[in-house]
Amino acid sequence: MNTFQLFNGLTFAALLFVVASGFTLIFGLLRIVNLAHGALYLFGGYIGFTVATKTGSFALGCLGAMVAIAAIGFVLDQGLLRFVRGNDLRQVLLTLGFAFVLNDLALVIWGGDSFTVPIPQVLRGGSRIFGVFYPTYRLFVLVTGIVVFAALWGLLNHTRLGALIRAGVDDAEMVEASGVNIRRVFLVTFLLGSALAGLGGLMGGAFLSLYPSADAEILVFSLAVVIIGGRGSLVGVGVGSLLVGLLNTLGQVMFPELAYFVIFGPMAVLLAFRPLGLFGRAA
Amino acid sequence: MMTVMTQATSQSRTFAGMTGRAVMIALIVVAVAAALPLVLTNYQVGLATEILIFGILAMSIDILAGFAGRTSLGHGAIFGVSSYVVVYATAQAGLPPAAAFALGMVAATLVAVIFGLLAVRTSGVYFLLLTLALGMIVWGICLRWTQVTGGENGMRGDVRPEWLVAHRAFYWAVLAGASAVSYAMWRFVRSPFGLTLLGIRDSESRMRSLGYNVPVHLFVGFTVSGFFAGIAGALYAMFNNFVSPSTVALAQSVEGVLMMIAGGVGTLFGGFVGAAAIIALENVVSAYTERWQMVLGVTFILIMIFTPEGIIGTLRAMLTRKAR
Amino acid sequence: MHRRQFLKTSTAALAAASVGASPWRSARAQAGPIKIGLLAPLTGVVASGGKEMVEGVQFYLDSVKSQVAGRKVELVIEDDASNPDTALQKARRLVEQGNCHMLIGNLLANTGLAVANYVKGTGTPYFIPIIAADDLTQRQRIKNVIRVAGYSASAFTHPFGDWALKQGYKKIATISQDYTFGHEQCGGLAQVFTEGGGEIVQQFWHPLNTADFSPYLGQLADLKIDAVFAMETGADATRLIQQYSSFGLKAKTPLLAAMNGTDQSVIRTLGEECDGIIAAAHFAEGSDNPVTQKFTREYEAKYGRIPSLYGFSMYSGVMWVAEALEKMGGKVEDRDLLIDTVLKTELTGSPLGKTVKLDSYGNPIYDVQIRKVVKRADGKYWNVPVTSYPNVSQFWTYDPETYMKQPPYSRSFQGIKKA
Repeated sequence: MNTFQLFNGLTFAALLFVVASGFTLIFGLLRIVNLAHGALYLFGGYIGFTVATKTGSFALGCLGAMVAIAAIGFVLDQGLLRFVRGNDLRQVLLTLGFAFVLNDLALVIWGGDSFTVPIPQVLRGGSRIFGVFYPTYRLFVLVTGIVVFAALWGLLNHTRLGALIRAGVDDAEMVEASGVNIRRVFLVTFLLGSALAGLGGLMGGAFLSLYPSADAEILVFSLAVVIIGGRGSLVGVGVGSLLVGLLNTLGQVMFPELAYFVIFGPMAVLLAFRPLGLFGRAA
Repeated sequence: MMTVMTQATSQSRTFAGMTGRAVMIALIVVAVAAALPLVLTNYQVGLATEILIFGILAMSIDILAGFAGRTSLGHGAIFGVSSYVVVYATAQAGLPPAAAFALGMVAATLVAVIFGLLAVRTSGVYFLLLTLALGMIVWGICLRWTQVTGGENGMRGDVRPEWLVAHRAFYWAVLAGASAVSYAMWRFVRSPFGLTLLGIRDSESRMRSLGYNVPVHLFVGFTVSGFFAGIAGALYAMFNNFVSPSTVALAQSVEGVLMMIAGGVGTLFGGFVGAAAIIALENVVSAYTERWQMVLGVTFILIMIFTPEGIIGTLRAMLTRKAR
Repeated sequence: MHRRQFLKTSTAALAAASVGASPWRSARAQAGPIKIGLLAPLTGVVASGGKEMVEGVQFYLDSVKSQVAGRKVELVIEDDASNPDTALQKARRLVEQGNCHMLIGNLLANTGLAVANYVKGTGTPYFIPIIAADDLTQRQRIKNVIRVAGYSASAFTHPFGDWALKQGYKKIATISQDYTFGHEQCGGLAQVFTEGGGEIVQQFWHPLNTADFSPYLGQLADLKIDAVFAMETGADATRLIQQYSSFGLKAKTPLLAAMNGTDQSVIRTLGEECDGIIAAAHFAEGSDNPVTQKFTREYEAKYGRIPSLYGFSMYSGVMWVAEALEKMGGKVEDRDLLIDTVLKTELTGSPLGKTVKLDSYGNPIYDVQIRKVVKRADGKYWNVPVTSYPNVSQFWTYDPETYMKQPPYSRSFQGIKKA
């Protein structure tokens, strides 16, 4: 793999990380497999696109996407999921239904055309880096992925909320028993996870574009990342993203015939023999 | 219905494992179903045929979900593999319909064996995700292995034999098949093996401590479930004379699970009811709006919140409440 | 709208009547409306194209006040969800429940093939202005499937290969979506280009809905080539054009596109990255032909956007069928006569501004425009012709019988002449 392909894999991995980290936070702490996560990504991208084009500001687009999707996450969690708490299967299938609704709603609002989030002037064009000409925006995505990782690491390891989340991932009942309002921690986590999906949508929307089936595609990748990396582990998501991102790029270049197999083969094998993933902990 | 049955079996005479009452109910249902083509249009007969086919698929998923406590999102792939093999055998290999049908069933069972071997050690959400991933691999193969599967374009074939080309004839053949398959599945879940599966669903640790080999039981259950999904897939190939990657796609698995849930997890025959409800709903909704996907999503959400036991399940609950 | 009421009343009528046709009903039907079943992807991955297909048909019907040959036209629209299984189900509904006299539409080749297989059995006339799978009008012809106002995939890339040679290009690489439509377009170009002495250096095939083209663009950047031919549709086209530009290839190597790639449905959401891309097509919305200008202007006024291939093709398709129906007094129940008449009809009112004929295999013969994406005065991008190849058939300059002896274009057969 040459430098160019390496960067391609890394930048895709960075985007996957932003999206999948949100997914694993919710999966890890709340034990909810949120199959609407992909739809949140797409919806966030569309909303961010609308805000960015109307205001001319990419930053406002980011903010708009994150806030809007956190709000939708709030509706999903407090408005719908509260009725099926504790039942894993019902939760999963409810989020699937929600995904259908969001996807169709997006089609109604924005139509089926492909949209691309406009890149801010300063990030356009390319730069010479390690001997290749590489689009600056993609490098920005890579940097953002690293920043998000650092921010989440800081949150999880150096704040009280983070400590509660980590404890909750290990044993939610215990945390509740020690007098903490676990419900509020859960809600904040859900909002954060959703906001990350929205941010991912906006960022991805600038170089992968937004279109009606983008939600299913990113969801499938996120699932692979979280399963390979392990439930509730930040390092797991990081490693999982790297693996999936690099494998995907490598697969496209070297084994185009086996496009999906390159990712799902390892994922299936891993699930069969080490269901908790590389860094996951037992529920 | 099941508790009544188990009581009755020990008290009255049985015919092929069914009480006199059960036989009567079954005969009435089949007779009514057989009479339908006399009052329905060709198009509606086609819909009824589809309901029967997808009912079988939903029931096959229920064998695992309702009776072993494991919901699979990969049965669409098993179903679709059977369709692919049947169309391929007919169109490319020139085999007669019966042979093609048999091959389809074998292929589906083999896929189920592979899925089962990998999946039996997991449960709950991980089982769901693993079967999803395996289904995606199958889909990817069908999509990319263009030489054999036709890739994106799919494959067409004249799968239906001459005497089944007419709507009604095919419907009656499918009805016969569905009746036989339903009976077989019903016997299976009520057999000692089936009861063991129920035990595993209720408490795996208890079954293990009682000495049952849980993974082996699950594996066999998975294989049997795949076998029946394969029958549905072969019938579907005959119905459409066409197969494409969307037949093995995740959406197909999701639809099967939804039909099973709408009918009622663990009710077995709820599969037909769920299939009928979803297909009828789609037909009605599409006449008024393009937003079928949204309606489907809302239906999913409402079912999960209000009636997770499904139609039959809710009816049963209401009846037992009245009985008290 | 017309569609839903029709479906409800017909269901009620069928429920009331006895099963099967009665002579009384078919006699009455002669004076009843002409029912056209339109199948289009209104949801799913190509939803934007599907919507425009519906607009194109309605644009024509509105212009004739839904009256053809003295009878009212009822349009029943069904969504095929970009999915062959759904397409089949809806085709059945339109034919068996809706009693449509004919079917028209579908966008994706696999949905068209599924429906074509179905109508082979029912004999329903099926018109496919958009479906471009070559074989439906060549080796595997189905009698009642007619590509009216459409095109076969390789028809425009044959002359495009010739044009590329004339530009002095010696080496070309192709990148394409990996399905029949892509194989056929690339094959058409590759065959003519290599027979004229050019070289196809490398061909890249990627699955539909590839989000990230960087792995391919990286390899393309390393090749020594004169031009790149990209066969992309829909969202893939949008992304390829953007990424081609952002990776700096646009500045280095000219991009030749399949016409779907520079279609309005793609370029209307793009900016300067699409400027200057060349494609070969029958339709160029920026053409200075007065009939085309009128069509484009009126369409844009009505729907708020410049017409794309989808709107144009469906408009022309339903116009063609309407002209045929006028010629046969509107007797749409006579299927054989309808099919025969359509095959013999020449489209006189075409937005292309020139009468279009079908060849003896049921495929239209067009003037092929080599067109370029340029910016209009109001800042929007559209396609303007640069040069033209008159009267190009699906067989290019080859003899049809000889051409059909070679296998259809596929991944393994691209018509490449060994040097």
